[in-house]
Amino acid sequence: MSRVNSVLLPAATVVVSVVALLLLAGTNPWDPLKIIVEGSIGWPPLEGGAARKVGDTFMVWVPIALASAGLIVTFNAGMWNIGIEGQIIMGAIAAAWMAREVSAPRPLLILLTIVAGAVGGMLWGLLAGVLRTAGGVNEIFGGLGLNFVALSLTTYLIIGPWARSGVASTSGTDPFPEDAWLPALEGTKLSPLAVVIALLALIGVWLLFRGTLYGLKLKAVGRNRPSSFLLGIPTNRYLLGAFMICGALAGIGGTSQALGLHHKLIPAISGNFGYLAILVVLLARFRPFWVIPISFFFAMIAVGSPSLQLRVDVNPTLGGVLQGVLVLSAMFGLGWAGYRALREASSAGVES
Amino acid sequence: MSLELRNIHKHFGPVRANDGITLTVESGTLHGLLGENGAGKSTLMKVLSGFHSADSGEIVLDGKTIKLASPVDAIGAGIGMLHQDPLVFLPFSVIDNFVLGSPGEQRLDRGAAATELKELCDRYGFNFDPHTPARLLTVGERQQLEIIRLLWLGARVLILDEPTTGISADQRAKLFVTLKALAEEGMSVIFVSHKLEEVADLCERVTVMTRGKVVGEAELPVPPEQLVEMMFGQAIEIRDRDEVGLGVPRLTLDSVRTAAGLLSEEPISLDVKAGEVIGIAGMEGSGQDTFLRICCGMRAPKEGTVAISGQDMTGSHYRDYLAAAVKYLPAGRLEEGLIEGLTITEHFVLAGDDSGFFIDWGAARKRAEEQVDHYTIKGTEASTAESLSGGNQQRVLLAMLPDELSVLLMEHPTRGLDIESADWVWEQLLARRGQGTSILFASADLDELLRYSDRILVFFSGRVIGELDASATNVDEIGLLIGGRRAGSEGAAL
Repeated sequence: MSRVNSVLLPAATVVVSVVALLLLAGTNPWDPLKIIVEGSIGWPPLEGGAARKVGDTFMVWVPIALASAGLIVTFNAGMWNIGIEGQIIMGAIAAAWMAREVSAPRPLLILLTIVAGAVGGMLWGLLAGVLRTAGGVNEIFGGLGLNFVALSLTTYLIIGPWARSGVASTSGTDPFPEDAWLPALEGTKLSPLAVVIALLALIGVWLLFRGTLYGLKLKAVGRNRPSSFLLGIPTNRYLLGAFMICGALAGIGGTSQALGLHHKLIPAISGNFGYLAILVVLLARFRPFWVIPISFFFAMIAVGSPSLQLRVDVNPTLGGVLQGVLVLSAMFGLGWAGYRALREASSAGVES
Repeated sequence: MSLELRNIHKHFGPVRANDGITLTVESGTLHGLLGENGAGKSTLMKVLSGFHSADSGEIVLDGKTIKLASPVDAIGAGIGMLHQDPLVFLPFSVIDNFVLGSPGEQRLDRGAAATELKELCDRYGFNFDPHTPARLLTVGERQQLEIIRLLWLGARVLILDEPTTGISADQRAKLFVTLKALAEEGMSVIFVSHKLEEVADLCERVTVMTRGKVVGEAELPVPPEQLVEMMFGQAIEIRDRDEVGLGVPRLTLDSVRTAAGLLSEEPISLDVKAGEVIGIAGMEGSGQDTFLRICCGMRAPKEGTVAISGQDMTGSHYRDYLAAAVKYLPAGRLEEGLIEGLTITEHFVLAGDDSGFFIDWGAARKRAEEQVDHYTIKGTEASTAESLSGGNQQRVLLAMLPDELSVLLMEHPTRGLDIESADWVWEQLLARRGQGTSILFASADLDELLRYSDRILVFFSGRVIGELDASATNVDEIGLLIGGRRAGSEGAAL
């Protein structure tokens, strides 16, 4: 009984609230969903020149999936790494620097940009971790602060040292040399390399917590720091490790944004995909394989919702509202089901 | 105002915190409530002040049965409670704290309140600037503020829960003067404490509680031995233990002192030999856990040295102590020991000395199954820590100990365990002792201390007040020391 409830309740709350939202927005529930699918992967799916759309959707999926993989690590270590946005941005900046400043044979250059992105994100993550472990700064506040710093640094670079030749414009830098672009499938931006890296990251995180001593110790630190310390686990070192892993993965996501999707550095380079990844991970309940479909669906909404305005005269920001409502209603449903299960269990306990 | 509690029962799950308490406090008396930690005093007082509602029983105030559903009801009926940590909002000013609990929500007349505050202060000899932030007050002053606030709200019965913890001797003297004055005005004061001496100094009547029951009542003064006997019972065990020859020094403390607070007054020196068992007695919070944390390297002493097996370890990291086979098991099994959400198998993997990158789960599960069998843990290798009972959690913790152990530090090894588990725990510990492990354990169970220790250290208010040879002492002597009285000194005057 409670097993059924734990699936049905969340599903029901999600359906009810999404339908209610769309009715409130003044449309029937069906059209916007259809338009989002059409705008992101085509309708019927993958027909009628959908390749470009699918490519974009995948390239939005890549940073969300990478950030989600990283966040699973920090969440398991008991940390709310809100600074993931900044880590994506610093990854993008580091990769952009490599793309602008270094010339090398193409495969080597691509490798260097990816490594640079990972290092940039990792160092920014490490900084949030050090603030937390050495300075006692809560990682949520430290992360928020570092996000603003990273964001401002992007703007500074775009209108300052890396300004477009002739005019300084907040629309972004000059495009990077094409040699530095992530190799993409013909006619699309879809980079198989980026997609493979994102999948490997999710598999790696799954393996980390499934079968390694490092992952088990991270989990122990996240669940009970005093007990872990008494067992002889260097808890601070593990926390820093979690921040660095997460930062590196987010930084690769930033590389993909700069060199795969936009081909230049723009002010909103992170696309808020770090924040979105927090929602994805909460919805996936920290399970790497659930991240794949959920983040893909979120990517579809992100890519598809701008067409809402043209087609049914609904403001395209509905896409963002939809993502938020999805997560909130699902969390509410899951929490409700959990609460009911607990009550059932405790009343059963009293009877026995 | 006279107060009567009739047959109060309060259970928390299987724990009978109050098991049929009947108690009468006459108007205008200072009534002491004496008992060890966990005796049920605080629960009873929380029932009386509306924090908990009793499962059954009656509260009768001036001949009228009253129902208390919340602290608001209690203060409305004239029952005020001063908590062990005064409920003061530190960022607020004195006057804001003063008016915070007053009924009504619309008007806030700080001026009028300040006048009343001043009148009350004058009457009891306190002195507050209404605009001082409360965080600048000492704990004693916060208590004073709380007392006048309760009086202002109309309290006629005042309950004080361990009020002398953390205040200076001067402030304590002042508190006692105030309480005596209040009693003379007809107020009923209930003074909850585990300190014999204070109850004897202050109160006219005392009720002693043990394990949720009233075990004795007396008009003071009475000989202290009588109170000790009520608190701890009279059973003195015949010690049946095999003598183990003591070996080389394992843990040596030389004039150890901490910076501030506990263990700062008198330095501690101690030499523990291999195979020696040291019992640590004292009321909770008297410095035992600070002492144990120094012994395992979790706290560095400010002065003095700590040596393990003859090697100076002063200032070394906890993990260096761990490497020197020193292990600390604190009282909170699920807070500072096991990890909620992880299985028994995962615990054994964490405690093991595997250094590989990947975990061989097949082998780990098999090992865990063997341990579950060997230590007769009621659960499976896949059980999570929190699903186990207290006794089985303790079994897992003992099973996680490394094979080679030179010093084992333990808090309350058998607290909350049934007799079978408790005996089993000591069987394990004595086996360790036979292998030459030195054991230091803190306990509130005097029988346990007497039965298993070679020596007993008694802690009182942050220092070691006595070091006893366990074979030459008895429950009375330990009980008196725990209450803060050195044997033979002014004992008869109680």
